[in-house]
Amino acid sequence: MRYKVLTAAFAATVALNFAGQASATDLEVTHWWTSGGEAAAVAEFAKAFDATGNRWVDGAIAGSGGTARPIMISRITGGDPMGATQFNHGRQAEELVQAGLMRDLTDIATKGKWTEVVRPKSLLDSCTIDGKIYCVPVNIHSWQWLWLSNAAFEKAGVPVPKNWNEYVAAAPALEKAGIIPLAVGGQPWQSSGAFDVLLAAVGGTDAFLKVYKDKDATFAAGPEVAKVFKAADDARKMAKNTNVQDWNQATNLVITGKAGGQIMGDWAQGEFQVAGQTAGKDYTCLPGLGLNEVIATGGDAFYFPLLKDADKAKAQEVLAETLLDPKTQVAFNLKKGSLPVRGDVDLQAANDCMKKGLDILAKGSVMPWTDQLLSQDTQKQKEDLFSEFFAKPDMTIEDAQKRFADIVGSAD
Amino acid sequence: MSKSERPNQLFRNLNAKVASIPMILTALVVFVGGTAWTVLYSFTNSKLLPRLNFIGLDQYYRLWSTPRWLVSIENLLIYGVLSLVFSLVIGFILAALLDQKIRFEDTFRTIFLYPFALSFIVTGLVWQWLLNPDFGIQRVVRELGWESFSFNPLYDSSIVIYGISIAALWQGTGLIMCLMLAGLRGIDEDIWKAARVDGIPMWKTYLFIIIPMMRPVFITTLVIIASGIVKVYDLVVAQTSGGPGIASEVPAKYVYDYMFFAQNLGQGFAASTMMLLSVMIVIVPWAYLEFGGRKRV
Repeated sequence: MRYKVLTAAFAATVALNFAGQASATDLEVTHWWTSGGEAAAVAEFAKAFDATGNRWVDGAIAGSGGTARPIMISRITGGDPMGATQFNHGRQAEELVQAGLMRDLTDIATKGKWTEVVRPKSLLDSCTIDGKIYCVPVNIHSWQWLWLSNAAFEKAGVPVPKNWNEYVAAAPALEKAGIIPLAVGGQPWQSSGAFDVLLAAVGGTDAFLKVYKDKDATFAAGPEVAKVFKAADDARKMAKNTNVQDWNQATNLVITGKAGGQIMGDWAQGEFQVAGQTAGKDYTCLPGLGLNEVIATGGDAFYFPLLKDADKAKAQEVLAETLLDPKTQVAFNLKKGSLPVRGDVDLQAANDCMKKGLDILAKGSVMPWTDQLLSQDTQKQKEDLFSEFFAKPDMTIEDAQKRFADIVGSAD
Repeated sequence: MSKSERPNQLFRNLNAKVASIPMILTALVVFVGGTAWTVLYSFTNSKLLPRLNFIGLDQYYRLWSTPRWLVSIENLLIYGVLSLVFSLVIGFILAALLDQKIRFEDTFRTIFLYPFALSFIVTGLVWQWLLNPDFGIQRVVRELGWESFSFNPLYDSSIVIYGISIAALWQGTGLIMCLMLAGLRGIDEDIWKAARVDGIPMWKTYLFIIIPMMRPVFITTLVIIASGIVKVYDLVVAQTSGGPGIASEVPAKYVYDYMFFAQNLGQGFAASTMMLLSVMIVIVPWAYLEFGGRKRV
């Protein structure tokens, strides 16, 4: 008797499943864009995708990439894949692709001539594994920006600095005026990212590549990187009174003039925009900390898990095309504060800071970023080290550098 | 006795045995099987997906040379000793006080037990606010006039683990109190009378007569507290997320972070195997004394 009931129940669920799939061109898209500026940007994608007759089912996961990625990955490996998902392009989804869980987009890419429109080329390279394309890059994000509050410097009575060294020199004046010189949130990736930016700016592009690309442990323990650690020590002292966790809270300190500045990627720009501030007037941005004007071509990309359902697979194709559509690219990137991945779009509406970024991009001064060079494992070890370094004033520079060199030595 | 009378030993009470098969299978496959699988894969270099590519003890060498793991272990020890000692002592004292036939006992019991109704996540958030220097206890005391008062455990690396322990004690002590109270109520009234007739002071009665009689209750309580200690995770995540820096990390969080954030299953499995080992070191001798000894008596 009971057995029969159970079978019936099973049959019902199966039937329901079929019914659900047959009618659907709903596509669930997971991402971690939840701050004000980010949410406004992703709404542009949703609008464009809905306009194609499909429906964007928003699967936003709060709490930044660190929280979201494990959820996405376990859904894909656990057999409950979403229609499409954000990752930072590079090595985050590498193993998922190797395990055959992701969809090969090479056909769509050839049809859309991605190799011609996407620039710089390194973006598509990061999506390519064994000659096949697995992701759609949607924007270029670079970490190497210093955001400064003009109001804070005015209050402290010092001119707005033009590079990192001037900024460090201005720190005592800021402190005297009751302003936190540098805002660094408590999340581990923020301190780790700030160090990488210092490495690229103070140490230079070559030093950065030697450490993270060649994984040269002797170099990482050497005098050139010691200079970077000295700068990180300055940053640590300047940041010691930041009592916030999230990056956008730290950005908010800069927006409200409670902090002098923040080392953060260009996604911070979206927050300034939402707050109604104007680049150049209310805040100043210094790419490469004003020392080394190179931007990294990290960023976000969409990956498409392999789905059995033919309708959904078709919707995936539509979405992939929509994401790279010139109009969508402009609308999205203006809101997001990032740079579009196509060279052939019109960005008249771009503000000061974005134009600086576009200029650097046009000059070809680009470099790869840690997401592309290091495994998540190494990144995590780095995060542990730098969050400890920034939170513990009595940890010596030498000690930190030694541990850093160890991590670089064992990196993969 | 002849053999013919006992052949059905296996089939005795057959219904009960058949009924327990699913549970036995669950225990074997999920608990034992899962544990064995985890231990096995901790000797591999599995990254995002499990792979059987053995690399010996490398994951363990790396684990024990990682500062974050060492900090985690140290924190677990401090947190463990604090919550064990204080929740037992405070819980017992509260129970003994409630046992004095006071008025409104029900009300007090409810008040003390109430925090237990909250999850660790909520507890963590509440105490994060209470301990926040800008709008918590420190602020209130300063506004009362003590300008130089400073109580800021969550942003100070050297004492952050105590800030977490306070929250854990607040949440857990009520339950311990209730367990203890139940134990105290189980003591025969005549024993109290006898002690009083002999003129034994009350504290001595508690210490030398009542507590030894409550041994089973204490053992239950110990197991509950100890399991809570080893698995502490959500409280830390809600209160400090391991910060400042790595000052309030705990082993369970290390396991989670390395399995999922760092996409390094091997390292996470090695850490969880170490956690299992530490539980075994505590449980096995105790179980041996508790159950092994009884047979000989």
